[in-house]
Amino acid sequence: MGHALDVDRLQFAFTVTFHYIFPQLTMGLALLILYLKTKAVRTGDEHYNRAARFWARIFGINFAIGVVTGIPMEFQFGTNWAEFSKAAGGVIGQTLAMEGVFSFFMESSFLGLFLFGEKKLGKMGHWWAAFMVWLGSWLSGYLIVATDAWMQYPVGYRLGANGEIQLASFWGLVLNKWAIWQYMHTMLGAVQTGCFVMTAVGAFYLLTHRDEVYGKTFVKAGVLVGVIASCLQLFPTGDIQGRLIAQNQPVTLAAMEGLFESERGAPIAILGQPDVADRKLDNPLIAPNMLSFLTYRQWSAEVRGLADFPQDLWPDKIEMLYYSYHIMVGLGTIFIAVMMIAALLLWRKKLFEARWMLWLLMLCVPLPYIANTAGWMTAELGRQPWLIYGLMRTAAGASPRVAAGNAWFTLIGFMGMYTVLSILWLFLVWREIELGPEPGKLRGEEAALLAAD
Amino acid sequence: MGTVWFCLVAIMIAMYVLLDGFDIGAGAIHLLVAKTDEERRQVLASIGPVWDGNEVWLLAAGGTLYFAFPELYASGFSGFYLPLIIVLWLLILRGTSIEFRNHIKSAVWAPLWDFAFCGSSLLLAVFFGAALGNVVRGVPLDATGYFFEPLWTNFRLGEQTGILDWYTILVGVLALAALVMHGGLWVRLKTTGKTGERAMQLADWAWWVVAGLTALVTAVTFRVQPQVGENFRTWPWGMVFPLLAAGGLVAVRIFLAKRNERNMFLASVAYLTGMLTSVVFGMYPMVLPARNPAFSLTVGGAQAGAYGLKVGLIWWTIGMILAAGYFTHVYRSFAGKVSVDKDSHGY
Repeated sequence: MGHALDVDRLQFAFTVTFHYIFPQLTMGLALLILYLKTKAVRTGDEHYNRAARFWARIFGINFAIGVVTGIPMEFQFGTNWAEFSKAAGGVIGQTLAMEGVFSFFMESSFLGLFLFGEKKLGKMGHWWAAFMVWLGSWLSGYLIVATDAWMQYPVGYRLGANGEIQLASFWGLVLNKWAIWQYMHTMLGAVQTGCFVMTAVGAFYLLTHRDEVYGKTFVKAGVLVGVIASCLQLFPTGDIQGRLIAQNQPVTLAAMEGLFESERGAPIAILGQPDVADRKLDNPLIAPNMLSFLTYRQWSAEVRGLADFPQDLWPDKIEMLYYSYHIMVGLGTIFIAVMMIAALLLWRKKLFEARWMLWLLMLCVPLPYIANTAGWMTAELGRQPWLIYGLMRTAAGASPRVAAGNAWFTLIGFMGMYTVLSILWLFLVWREIELGPEPGKLRGEEAALLAAD
Repeated sequence: MGTVWFCLVAIMIAMYVLLDGFDIGAGAIHLLVAKTDEERRQVLASIGPVWDGNEVWLLAAGGTLYFAFPELYASGFSGFYLPLIIVLWLLILRGTSIEFRNHIKSAVWAPLWDFAFCGSSLLLAVFFGAALGNVVRGVPLDATGYFFEPLWTNFRLGEQTGILDWYTILVGVLALAALVMHGGLWVRLKTTGKTGERAMQLADWAWWVVAGLTALVTAVTFRVQPQVGENFRTWPWGMVFPLLAAGGLVAVRIFLAKRNERNMFLASVAYLTGMLTSVVFGMYPMVLPARNPAFSLTVGGAQAGAYGLKVGLIWWTIGMILAAGYFTHVYRSFAGKVSVDKDSHGY
């Protein structure tokens, strides 16, 4: 296998990280578009329909890139991870195939109707199309998270005669408790991306004094949903995920927290740089006893440190894992603060005039993307050195005949294509924002110039 | 149970070829049949609301193959590493072209995507054909159950084959011709004016290439893969599949002469179905033949555990009924000739 393994890992990490930029927005936006469509149906106000159409255009661009970058993910299980596929395909192939059969057919059918058929479908019909697009994308999210959750916490399987992993309980796989909590945590992350993007566009319109009616609608929707999502992200979903890791992947917890020695009343490190060679945390800024409390609900409980585990069970990229986790938690905390303050200002009817807050909301837009990526990196780096936790090591899963040179060839190709896609994406989304919710309307200077003629 | 899933996966792949086949075919002829911006928008509108759903058949078939025959998925996908990744790149390019072309009205934006759409569709047709050729010809599997094929070696059918050799290229060209015909007939069915006329003319020419190459490839295949002839001798009822293909091909000609747009497309569906089912029938019980027959992967050897296959049958059936419902709905609401004067929301 040699060094092809590193390239295989890099390629999967690169392609999946890039891919997830798009679904996190579309899954979040699907919910917010449904909110706008519901408002339109209930109030009969055409304003909400135009708002929904504007977001549907941005959704469409992101969805298209999400689709084309998603196809390689399924294929790469076979192309680069053949030994893993051969051993575990009978189990995880189930959830992957179900994603195609149940959600992709639904999404692709109703997205066409949603994007192209508003006039034909009528008011309620179009609401239903929006609903089905939301349902399809959220179902897809569940099935893919269930696949990952099985790799984190394998259940419902038995070993066959040749060591192949066979499905033993369908419901065990589908209703894996790890999947349920990981799903909620993941989806709340996606909703926050949707909320921050919608809020940022709204704030931009308010700050530049254009389309202000829409700006207010967007900021309001984003903040209202965002404040709920950011709180639920921490508690209960983040908290329970953390405790699942403590119970089932204790060495991962120690690495995430940068805890090298076992301790009673273990502190939580807020900042600090792990020095893996010397087994210590440099420049630590700590909150005493917090880790014990958060993990076991007892201030003096013992938390096991990395030293308690044989080194070949340690995740192999402890520094990256540590930073991913800390960035995720740090940003999650900032989101709660920002959304709480915004919600407070909204409640006191001061938000739309509070330009400093609008600036802040606008500039926050990249942060949920970083937090979601860091969260996934925490999950996947934390799973190392296992591909299937406790069952198969990552080194044992790669394709035996794919040489490093061939893997580099394809990785470089993906990098090139995705660079072009990124530029197109930014350009087209920016253009939609610039055109605005009423593309035909002349505004500001143009309108004034025309009037002067 | 393995045989049941062998048939179901084959059906899903056939659905993919029939459905995505017409939009890939439409792409391959895009630059030839549509000259003006309006005509090109006609071609794109004829596949716009359905191409993504059609492509889902590839993903769904891939997923189903994955859980039903994990060993085949592992061996085949890693062995066909390079062409598969190239296919992924082409699918990315093609999807992007279709979705982004109409975002900006400009003399440099649209033609660029038209070219990318046409080129990627054309190459996809050839690659898919060559892939099928590889599976029929057999791959250099060894005792480990793995292989790796470079894109080409010496273009001969020896022990160390490449993805491209004279046989697989021949199948690739046949696939291109067949999808040009299929796509041309679809564009004729969905469009009016000059675009439709040119598409039918092109399909008419493609028919002769398809007919010639079908005869040639069929004759050669019996020599390249002996299992095919053996299966037809053992189970002569299997002749219904090649007869369906031949009947379909003849029917395309007849309906072309009568200018019956709906029936000539359906006849092309029958031809493609017949061709694919013939191949599948000829291969059974192999799922991936090896150049050395001792190492071939078979249905029995590659299938997943019995429980998983049984439980899969339940949800697969439910899922397919739902999918059939969605497809009927989408194609119905999209029936008739396309018009291009609406904006993107149907207003």
